[in-house]
Amino acid sequence: MTIEVAKIKQDFPLLQRHIKGKRLIYLDSANTSQKPVSVMDAMEDYYRQFNANVHRGSYQLANEATAILEGARDKVSSFINANSRQEVVFTKNATEAMNLVSNTWGRANLNNGDAIVLTELEHHANIVPWQMLAAEKNFEIRWIKIDDNGHLDLSDFDQLIHGAKLLSFAAMSNVLGTFTPVKELTVRAQEMGLTVHADASQYTPHTKTDVQDMGIDFLTFTGHKLLGPMGIGVLWGKENLLDLMPPFLGGGEMILNVTKEGFSTNELPWKFEAGTPMVAEAAGLGAAIDYLSDIGMEEIRNHEIDLTDYTLQSLISEFGETISIFGPKDSSERGGVISFTFDGAHPHDISQVLDEDNICIRAGHHCAKPLMQVLNVGATSRVSMYLYNDRSDIDALISGLHKVRDLFIP
Amino acid sequence: MSSLDDLYKEIILDHYRSPRNQGELDPPAHRCEGFNPLCGDEVIVFVSLIDQKIEDIRIGGQGCSISQASASMMTEIIKGKSISEAEKIIHAFKEMMDIYESELSGEETAESSSNVDLGDLEALQGVVKYPVRIKCATLAWNTLTQSIDEIQGVK
Repeated sequence: MTIEVAKIKQDFPLLQRHIKGKRLIYLDSANTSQKPVSVMDAMEDYYRQFNANVHRGSYQLANEATAILEGARDKVSSFINANSRQEVVFTKNATEAMNLVSNTWGRANLNNGDAIVLTELEHHANIVPWQMLAAEKNFEIRWIKIDDNGHLDLSDFDQLIHGAKLLSFAAMSNVLGTFTPVKELTVRAQEMGLTVHADASQYTPHTKTDVQDMGIDFLTFTGHKLLGPMGIGVLWGKENLLDLMPPFLGGGEMILNVTKEGFSTNELPWKFEAGTPMVAEAAGLGAAIDYLSDIGMEEIRNHEIDLTDYTLQSLISEFGETISIFGPKDSSERGGVISFTFDGAHPHDISQVLDEDNICIRAGHHCAKPLMQVLNVGATSRVSMYLYNDRSDIDALISGLHKVRDLFIP
Repeated sequence: MSSLDDLYKEIILDHYRSPRNQGELDPPAHRCEGFNPLCGDEVIVFVSLIDQKIEDIRIGGQGCSISQASASMMTEIIKGKSISEAEKIIHAFKEMMDIYESELSGEETAESSSNVDLGDLEALQGVVKYPVRIKCATLAWNTLTQSIDEIQGVK
């Protein structure tokens, strides 16, 4: 079944915006997604009708606010097929979720002489927290390399994970769009005794996420790339692991009891949620999940395969040898994120020229500088799509790129 | 396309396509790196100083048309100048880049402290309308400033 993009576009007020009399062509959803009306309504409703602090009130309003927060947790839990709602922890964003894992599980489990394994595809959020901890604990960070097509090179995988304690990787690359073989990596790593974390920030918004089927131990993602608001992210972890982990931030909510002598921690998931949580954002995230679920994650994925195919073919047929496209060429092996460089025009200049026609794409290192070094480029242009994009957006991009070529390549 | 023409003047595109004084200088020439963390652009400025005079200057690294053209034009105007002349030029260039900010904050336009002729560099004036690109235009200049500071032992 195909999705009706023209109808979907109507649900996104920002996509109706015109600047200088021209419509907006938004192709930067890997950076942040636009929001449907239902998400904004849920957040506004919360503040208009339900605002009270949660888990503390003894009156109806506070109970309703608590039900909104915990209802959103239930939605997340079923959206990713968690075993229980206790396994779903709200954080500020995916970066904070990864810092939570490194600061609690990492601090408790990684010591001098240990090793962890990352990949060359990683976003800084799945690199720097580990480097910070490694500087303190003196463990080794090993890297799975990528091959020329942007896939992980697994030829020495067994050797890399040998004796390591953690495997942490992006389920989908935010630069190349590559889907990593989550189940294959996870099964082999767990057989060797490693704990496995998947950064699903790019994955969960675009394809069905089933943490039990994936088999991983931790999954992290952010709300704002998934039609939800900025300011909320998710850590999912297996209950037995979360149980053993020390708390992250200290304060209210995360305690059962506090005395002058010390404290005891609250039950899961609140043990990891110190302070007043982001209730309106949770309401928004819940509405985003409802919106995506109504359309269907498989339908969204199929739409993006089709549009990615169209984009790749258009770029190659229009610009041939003058364009370099990074990452897998087969759209069934990648998400709707396409990085490229253009002979004779720098990514920053490409974005600038496209901006004249309200075409929004990202230029830069995409918070993946180690990957840029591997690709031997300083920056790339990146087009990324979502359920509200269609071929007319890609056609606008192509005609914008012709203007770039006319200006820079005489 | 009129505002784009304002930004991408022919002289800028010419310096971008055929950058002047590109390459490296061997030690004892001074080497200094500058980064634009926003977009990952990188410039390396090599300065060969003899008797307080910039005998030679070269540019390495990578970047967009604005940063590359600005760096290229910078080498042309700076080469052969004394440190104090170079500092005046740097000051005048940054003043040109800052015009946007003074206008925004409603301050009086800063009086020109120097009568430096920036020549081709005037073409970069269009950049001030694009605040994000000011960082591109000033990357090589800030790196040169750092380089001079390091040579003089300030930092």
